[in-house]
Amino acid sequence: MFAYVVRRCFTGVIMLVVMSFVTYFLFFASPLDPGKFACGKSCPPALIKQTDKALGFDKPWPVQWKDFAVGVVKGRDYPEDPALRKSAPQLISHCSAPCLGYSQVNLINVTSELKDKIPISASLALVAFLMWIAGGISLGAIAALTKGSIVDRGVVGISLVFYALPTFWMGLFLIEFPAIKWGLVAVPSYTSIADGGVWGWLSNLFLPALTLALFYMAGYVRITRAFVLESMSEDYLRTAKAKGLAPRKILVKHTMRAALTPIVTLAGLDFAGLLGGAIITEQVFNFNGLGKLAVDSIQTFDLPTTLGLVLLLAAFVIVANIIVDILYAVIDPRVRVG
Amino acid sequence: MSFPESQLEVAEPIDPQITATGLVAGQSPTRLAYNRFRRDRLSMISFWIVVFYFAAGIVSPILVKVGVSKPYGQDQKLLNIDLGGIPSGSWGGTSWHHLLGVEPRVGTDFLSRLSYGITFSLTIAICATVVAVVIGVVLGIISGFSGGYVDAVIGRFIDMTLSFPQTLMLLALSTTGVALFAKILPGEATDPIPNGVYEVLVLGLFGWPSIARLIRGQVLSIREREFIDAARLSGASRGRIYFKEILPNLWAPVLVQFTLIMPAYVSAEAALAFLGVGIPPPTPTLGNILGDSVNFSGSDFSYFLYPALLLAIIVVSFNLLGDGLRDALDPKGDR
Repeated sequence: MFAYVVRRCFTGVIMLVVMSFVTYFLFFASPLDPGKFACGKSCPPALIKQTDKALGFDKPWPVQWKDFAVGVVKGRDYPEDPALRKSAPQLISHCSAPCLGYSQVNLINVTSELKDKIPISASLALVAFLMWIAGGISLGAIAALTKGSIVDRGVVGISLVFYALPTFWMGLFLIEFPAIKWGLVAVPSYTSIADGGVWGWLSNLFLPALTLALFYMAGYVRITRAFVLESMSEDYLRTAKAKGLAPRKILVKHTMRAALTPIVTLAGLDFAGLLGGAIITEQVFNFNGLGKLAVDSIQTFDLPTTLGLVLLLAAFVIVANIIVDILYAVIDPRVRVG
Repeated sequence: MSFPESQLEVAEPIDPQITATGLVAGQSPTRLAYNRFRRDRLSMISFWIVVFYFAAGIVSPILVKVGVSKPYGQDQKLLNIDLGGIPSGSWGGTSWHHLLGVEPRVGTDFLSRLSYGITFSLTIAICATVVAVVIGVVLGIISGFSGGYVDAVIGRFIDMTLSFPQTLMLLALSTTGVALFAKILPGEATDPIPNGVYEVLVLGLFGWPSIARLIRGQVLSIREREFIDAARLSGASRGRIYFKEILPNLWAPVLVQFTLIMPAYVSAEAALAFLGVGIPPPTPTLGNILGDSVNFSGSDFSYFLYPALLLAIIVVSFNLLGDGLRDALDPKGDR
């Protein structure tokens, strides 16, 4: 088991290294000049040159990638150029250990930029996750237990319709009607627990989380329904019934157990994907999380920030994959790892 | 998704003619699957809805050419200028001439825009699905049949593509990508062709891994079969084994994947249009119409509702069709 985890982590790290290399190639081998976007449209060429030099954009991309990789492990100092350092020592800023670069647009190092946004995206992901897991599993179980009836069709059909509606449409619908026209809830704007207490935090997350949960729920309804139905024809279920176990206990202890493995797989990956920011939902609700940062950084050609985001998101997914595989072995004793 | 009808394992009904003569006719697996599919009401309904959309997608460019449908025409007379260009009349200016009303700000017939939009949306989704399926099937066959380090390399490559944040990369590379395609292909960077090609290629390039995984699994069992040994012994080349021996046995999963991936791309086109990637207006796609319609969520409800409804119907129908096909083709298969 331990050896397996170590091996998986090792391949995960290698994957990240290769991915950073590919991303560097895709971003920095392009004719775009990142320094150009540091100041406005009428930027004097000398200033562009200076920005490029200070942040190392003037070097060929493989060298830049090497500097970046060293920066992630050891941290680095800006500006890089020795001549610049000598002429303006007061401008030297240090970017400590996991240094993901320096954003020439927002004038901040990417690591701290990302750190500021993670709580917002993580809150949103967490609340949405709890909503769709609770909704998806219970509705899926209800659909399976009432198989073929109008309830079953209704549940499955409606969840599919919510899946089919684009999240930005759903989000704007929720803002326009329940929030503005009907006045049921306030138009959300992110409030941290420190500012608004647990209730303020949660109530502002309700609509955006609902938007995401409605979209993700369909998959969970489907999986739960299918696996509960399948396990109903298993011998062990007949045994449980025959020995007089209460129907509730059968459902929770025997039937749902079968659906647990596929749910864990799907949930792990969905959650990891959302942790990296819900690009559209954050945009619609104007939440300043990783997803909005991604759109902003792309629009302003803030390549270092975009690059940092790509790698952070990839890392989330890779870690989630490893955790899911380990959970498999815990949930299902038949699965052996190693 | 699995649905009640399709879940039921109905026994084959006995054909009265056969019992009358006392003979049992053999049926090919394809015929059996076809019969199973025909009996599934939900699948049949979704099948006809999908056919209807395709028909609309094919007919509307012809109607545009003939001049019956005018997706670019403008008519300020239909708009209420005092309300900032909202159509005058109820339900977005619905009338006999404009069955679904007109578009705010410009007064274009909305039915023409939507039906022409279906053409572009379906074209993008089909092309992207073809790209994803072709790459997925080829790499899946090679990976499953070769095994060894080829399999391992392709497997890692799949893992990596799946871990890449797709939407982010799509957005990040769009400026350079579209500029690149505008250079090689006809049209400026704001024209439909370079934007459409970029969207199709990137969607396809990120979409193949799941197909490759599935096909690889199928190939692993096919390659142990006798006819593969026979082909190998008779000196068939690799290419022949891949495409003449293995590929014909894969049509069922490929077909199912095709119908399940296409709706995802129809949705993806809409989501990307909201973020500004893909074919830009005035050329209509369901996505960019929808992206514009959300600006009128409070002021013009029918303009807000119709495109979402059209999109939801096609995505749901396609999903149901894919599920129906899977259940019909592979009644005992995994979900």
